[in-house]
Parts: sequence; structure tokens; C-alpha cells
Amino acid sequence: MECQECHQRPATLHFTQVINGDKTEVYVCEVCAKEKGYMTYPEEGYSLHHLLSGLFTSTNENQQNTARQQMSNLQCPQCEMTLSEFKRVGKFGCSQCYQTFEDYLDPIFRRVHSGNTTHHGKIPARKGGDMRIRKQVDAYRDELQRLIKNEAFEEAATVRDKIKELEKEIGGDEA
Amino acid sequence: MTLQQFMNEAISPWMREDGPDSDIVLSSRIRLARNFSQYSFPILADESDLEHISSFIREEYEHQSFQDYQEFSFIPIQKLSPVERRVLVEKHLISPHLAEQDHSSAVLISKNEQVSIMVNEEDHLRLQLYYPGFQLTKALEKVFELDDWLEEKVNYAFDEKRGYLTGCPTNVGTGMRASVMMHLPALAWTQQINRMIPAINQLGLVVRGIYGEGSEAKGNVFQISNQITLGKSEEDIVEDLQSVAGQLIEQERKARNRIMEQSAKRLEDRIYRSYGILAYSRIIESKEAASCLSDVRLGIDLGVIENVSRSILNELMVLTQPGFLQQYAKKSLAPNERDVLRASLIRERIQLEN
Repeated sequence: MECQECHQRPATLHFTQVINGDKTEVYVCEVCAKEKGYMTYPEEGYSLHHLLSGLFTSTNENQQNTARQQMSNLQCPQCEMTLSEFKRVGKFGCSQCYQTFEDYLDPIFRRVHSGNTTHHGKIPARKGGDMRIRKQVDAYRDELQRLIKNEAFEEAATVRDKIKELEKEIGGDEA
Repeated sequence: MTLQQFMNEAISPWMREDGPDSDIVLSSRIRLARNFSQYSFPILADESDLEHISSFIREEYEHQSFQDYQEFSFIPIQKLSPVERRVLVEKHLISPHLAEQDHSSAVLISKNEQVSIMVNEEDHLRLQLYYPGFQLTKALEKVFELDDWLEEKVNYAFDEKRGYLTGCPTNVGTGMRASVMMHLPALAWTQQINRMIPAINQLGLVVRGIYGEGSEAKGNVFQISNQITLGKSEEDIVEDLQSVAGQLIEQERKARNRIMEQSAKRLEDRIYRSYGILAYSRIIESKEAASCLSDVRLGIDLGVIENVSRSILNELMVLTQPGFLQQYAKKSLAPNERDVLRASLIRERIQLEN
């Protein structure tokens, strides 16, 4: 059977349309089905929003009631997105939402990112000035422990001085 | 316009260069999602805010050059016709999602088209950088420099715990998608790829067709990218992807050699038949064209076909998409008209080199 739309390619798909109670059968090829809108493809967020819904409803009834109440109250002060909207759309409205919905995010991130909930990557150079330094200090502290354990005291002293210097820098910024 | 001129405009200049392992890896790409901290994300932002972001980017970065990638042109999406938008998607310079936007959105594209910065897509900014062949580490290094360059003027939404904050929870953290586009005909023929995909998925990587989510692997071209963006550093993500892609390159080469050893005549026959279809057919659908182009490209890689340049697969996979065909014809075309024009364009292209 040939496609009813283009009359060129073989019809590989079959649709039943009901318009005002009238049933019509359509036989079309994949290309036309896509172009004429017989077939709709789920958006990128589709599976995620299902996942989110699943996470919110997987509690028992009592918890569900409390959760529902909290949900109806919880709203982002910056973009006014509510928790139930977030659950429906599966997308954040603004960066403030991350703080607003903080209590609900760990399980979502864990599922989406293979158990991970905290960032371990790049830190913006300008905005993350202090953060960068603090991460560096943490790294030096680990190194210091290692050096002390290995009794490399001379090197340890150098690292300790580096830490002091960096800590002074952060303190200076805060003052 | 002659085909040669049209092709010159259709193919991004960087695509003409060969990179490492470019017999198998067509391109390496890194994309970073970034947002301004003071505005709502594009799905909720007011039109005036989006407009503000757009004009800020235009004023700060249009005509600016970023290192050796030449100066940027600012293209407002709203001003483009549907065909023009489609052409940008087919060249992978913008995402299908950006092409659909009715609100104020734009793209900054570097002259050699290696760098594009989408404005007001799902996130305020999506920085994208391509390299020919297998050069993920290089791409990462360069995209970081681009990111730092932008960050001098943009207040990024960033949180110490969650990293770069994005519209979708699937991008939070690094905001990074790294991907390689690979031509894997031998692994596809021998069905090995189907067995490998589940293993690749288990490593937090995704295998898709070339037009992203949901699209099938046309012409044996597969895109492999990271799924996880939170909890791993960018370098670690790239390293994982690099090692999996490296494995695939090795396996693909082995499979090619095996096929050559065991059934060279059959392979040669298949390659030449496909060449024949491309050189002589009068009507060709995109799927058949893609599969024949894949065979011919393999033929070039194996030295079976010698008078055609290696970039033919890249070129024609872009050129024979609906958007390009309509731009070439300068009118809208029904699917069957496209199949005719596609066949004639491919014939002409192959004759250019004979």
C-alpha cells in the first residue's frame, strides 16, 4: 500500500483519527507522518518529568499529605515557580530555585547523575575567586597530611606557608 | 550559484581540515551551558529580560574575536526564515530547540564556524566548540578559555555545592556535554555496535544518531556523549569519553581489517554498488543516500575508491538535508521533489571530482 499523503513511498504506519466522532483510517509513510503531525515525539524533558513525578509520589499516604501541603506553599521568591510546577515541567525557573527547592533535590540529582549530588568541576574564575582559593587550600591540606605522614617536614613547612598565604587572601577579601 | 560555490558556503571551514583519527572520528565537540545569575531562565524570563541579555551579548561580543577563531557575527533567530533556521540546525551551529524559539534569541558564530554561542536557548548561553577528528582534550582546553573570556563580563549562576546552575536538572554541575561523532560502518555491519551500546551506557555515556536525542544513526554515524554532568570533573568526563571512543576506534579498525581479509570482493562490490547509486540515480531518499555515502566513505578510507575526497560524507550528509536542498532550489520542495534534487546534487558533486 502506498502512502496516502505523498503517494510515493510505501505506507509503513497506520493511524486511526477520530474527528467529531467520525473515525478515519490513515496509512502513511514515516516521513509524511512526521511532517503532517500524525506522530508527535516526546520532548527532551519528557522522561525526566515522569521521573520527577515518580519521586514525589513514592511516599506513603501520610507523608504524601504533608508533602502536598508543603508543595502548595513552596514558591521561588525570584521567579515565582512553585514546587508542583517544577515537578510538572521538570525544569528550574531561575538559579534561585535551586535554593528554594533544595530539600527535594538530592534524590533527583542522585537518580539523574548516577548517585552524585555535588559539583566537582570548574569554578568560575572571577565570581568563584574565594571558592577557588578554598578548594586550593583543601588540596594543600591533604598534601600537608601526606607529607607529615611521610615525615617530609621541610616540604610540609613550605606547603603550610602556602596555606597561610592563601588564607590571608580570603580573609583580606572578607574584611 | 554553482555547486562548488554553494558547497563552499555550506561546509564550515573547520570541517575541511583533517584531525587525528579522522578516518573514524568526524568531529569532537564540547558544549557548556551557562546562565546569568540575575535573570530567570529562558522558559520563565520576561521578553524584556531576554531582549536585554541578547543585546548585552551583541554589544559585548559581536565583531570581537576570540583567539584564533576570528570575529563573531551576531544572528538574531527571529529574523531568520524557517529554511534559514533549518540550515543552521543542519550545520549543527544551533540546536533544533533554538530554531523553534519565538522569543528573543540569537547565536554568535565565529567566522570559521568552529565556535558558536547560542543565546536564550534552554539556558541563557550555550557555548559550543568543534574540532575536526579526535581532539577532545584540545576542545576542552579551548572551551575553558572561551568560558573564562565570557565570564570576565557575565555574572554566571554558580553555586558551590551544585556548580553551574542550569534550566534542566540533567545539565547541572559542569553544564558540559562532550561528544564525538564517529563513522562506524564495520561495527554496524557486523552488528557489534548493538552489543557495545549497553556497555557504553553503563559507563554514563550515551550513543545516539547524529541529530541528537531520538534520531537514528543515519549513515552509520554515531554520536557518543556524556550523560552525567554532576559530581565528576570536566577532565574526568572527557577522559572517560576519550577512552571509550578510543576503544571504539580500535574495534572499528579491527572489524574493517577482518572484513577486508575475509570478504574483500564482497566489500568492494558493496562499495562500488553504492558509488554507482550515488553517481547515477535519479531519485534518492535521505536514508539510502546516507547509507551509500557511508559505504563510499569507507571505500575512500580503505583505498578502494581513490578519486573522491574524504570530506564527501560530511559534505553530502549536510547538503542533502531538507533545509539545504530547499535553500539550493530557492523554493520549498515536497518530499518527492527533494528526492529528485538530492539525487541530482549528489551526481553533480561526484562528477566534480572525476
